[in-house]
Amino acid sequence: MKFRANLWIGGALFATVVAAGALAPWLAHTDPVMDANLMNAELPPGAEFWFGADGQGRDIYSRVLYGARISLTVGVLSQLINTVIGVALGMSAGYWGGWWDDVVSGLTNMMLAIPSLVFALAIMAILSPGLTSLLIALGLTNWSYTCRLSRASTLSLKNLGYVQAARILGYGDLRIMLTQILPNILGPIIVIGTLGMGGAVLAEAALSFLGLGIRPPFPSWGSMLSDARDQITTAPWVSVFPGLAIFVTVLGLNLLGDGLRDILDPQSEARAR
Amino acid sequence: MAESTPILRIEDLAVHFPQGGGLFGAPRMVRAVDGVDLTLARGECLGLVGESGCGKSTLALAVLGLQPPTRGRILVEGVEGAAAGAARKARARVAQMVFQDPYSSLNPRQSVRRTLEAPLRLHGVAGSEIDDRIAAMLKHVGLRPELADRYPHEFSGGQRQRIGIARALILEPRVVVLDEPVSALDVSIRAQIINLLLDLKERLGLSYIMISHDLGVVEHMSDRVAVMYLGRIVETGDWRDIFARPRHPYTRALIAAIPDPFEKKRTMRMTGEVPNPLAPPSGCRFHPRCPEAREACRAEPAPQLETIAAGHRVRCLRAAELAPAGETA
Repeated sequence: MKFRANLWIGGALFATVVAAGALAPWLAHTDPVMDANLMNAELPPGAEFWFGADGQGRDIYSRVLYGARISLTVGVLSQLINTVIGVALGMSAGYWGGWWDDVVSGLTNMMLAIPSLVFALAIMAILSPGLTSLLIALGLTNWSYTCRLSRASTLSLKNLGYVQAARILGYGDLRIMLTQILPNILGPIIVIGTLGMGGAVLAEAALSFLGLGIRPPFPSWGSMLSDARDQITTAPWVSVFPGLAIFVTVLGLNLLGDGLRDILDPQSEARAR
Repeated sequence: MAESTPILRIEDLAVHFPQGGGLFGAPRMVRAVDGVDLTLARGECLGLVGESGCGKSTLALAVLGLQPPTRGRILVEGVEGAAAGAARKARARVAQMVFQDPYSSLNPRQSVRRTLEAPLRLHGVAGSEIDDRIAAMLKHVGLRPELADRYPHEFSGGQRQRIGIARALILEPRVVVLDEPVSALDVSIRAQIINLLLDLKERLGLSYIMISHDLGVVEHMSDRVAVMYLGRIVETGDWRDIFARPRHPYTRALIAAIPDPFEKKRTMRMTGEVPNPLAPPSGCRFHPRCPEAREACRAEPAPQLETIAAGHRVRCLRAAELAPAGETA
């Protein structure tokens, strides 16, 4: 198998972010919330504060590490919710067809017509800010592509011999979908899910930047950027490092998604040849 | 063949699909299968012949319980099976199917063992019996039991078809629908699979309904042949009668179309295409393409299936006139 640069670089970047989040309590120098000291406010990066200190004298390095936890939790869990919803709706619509297909397709088209960030904003405005609300807002607004993909793949599989054979052998519809169809459409769905994770990380940052996501003082990359926007000329490191963290995470996820597509999606493979 | 209760009896079966319709007007009906009577005796192979779209596959799906009939009954050993739901499993133990394409008919993500094990578990087989039955079935179809943990892509087309046959037989059904079982295989493999199917029929006491375009295969395998045209059976009888003394002009045309370099028969040409099933021709449905058609053939009512010899039935107004020379009709 040839060396797939995007898969390995993306995987490495993503693994770094995961490790940073998982090991934050051991890697961090200070408590990300409590250890504020105005004496250190806006200290530039140096030996003590690797990434500098923010306006309240907190260690940006430690806060960026903890921020990875928020971003990854929101990115992974919300995409998981989206994927489950999208696959369940799309696969059942494709398999059963009829009025259920009409309902699901209509719903999907409606979701595609609404900008998902705006929709998430609206949901966040109704709910109180916090992790759960973020998961709801981002987990319910981005399933339409997964749904369309699942539906189309199911349509192309459901009349194949082995699916018919399963019906003739007496399998129930649910069992057919889970054992015969799902394993054969999973590859592209994983790709879409991984690419969507990058989007979810960005969306979380955006919502937190607007003050509708994770509330300060808890360190989310988005809210850190928001806090730093007045100091961007005087202390650029306060905004540069959370921004870099978002950049690295999303870049890693996108490369990973592209790399997975090369492996899992036979059609793109055929096109590449 | 003992004249006991047939394993399968199809009575006046019809499957109609609504087509179009909507705001204005009722949908029109495609009569995919329109009043078919058939019996399948124990240990028999019934060849089902006809052009694409004549309703063979719909008929097969109805037998397998996947297509609810619009009208008519399907009796298994004299008992009518319920249409759907819990009866799906019961039907599964009666009738199974071997598919045409050995590539798309096997789940690429399931090993041979899983392909055979899952249906057994679903039907309540447990413990060591599962492994025993899988090993026995693989031997039956001529595969080494050690191959059970391999995946479909590791097998050739012929081996895949053997796996497909093993899957169809794993629940020990009594009726097997063979849908073009060898037409997707290399010519060199066909004979092996045909002989395997005939051998399994004897050993396991199976009855076959074989759908095929390949009249050579039908002639070789079938005990009886039924010829379908536009949802109806136009001729049925013993394979010798059908191939040696075909009576219906459509059957004659089909048989004349078999390439035969040695025989110099007066070849009968059939022209045109299968008519639109939404608007079937009046009277005899074959008349627009029939070289023997007369005015009477165009008029209603359509001809009925009539017995012209023991077990030989034909749906043709001119059956008597069209008797081959030297025979009395």
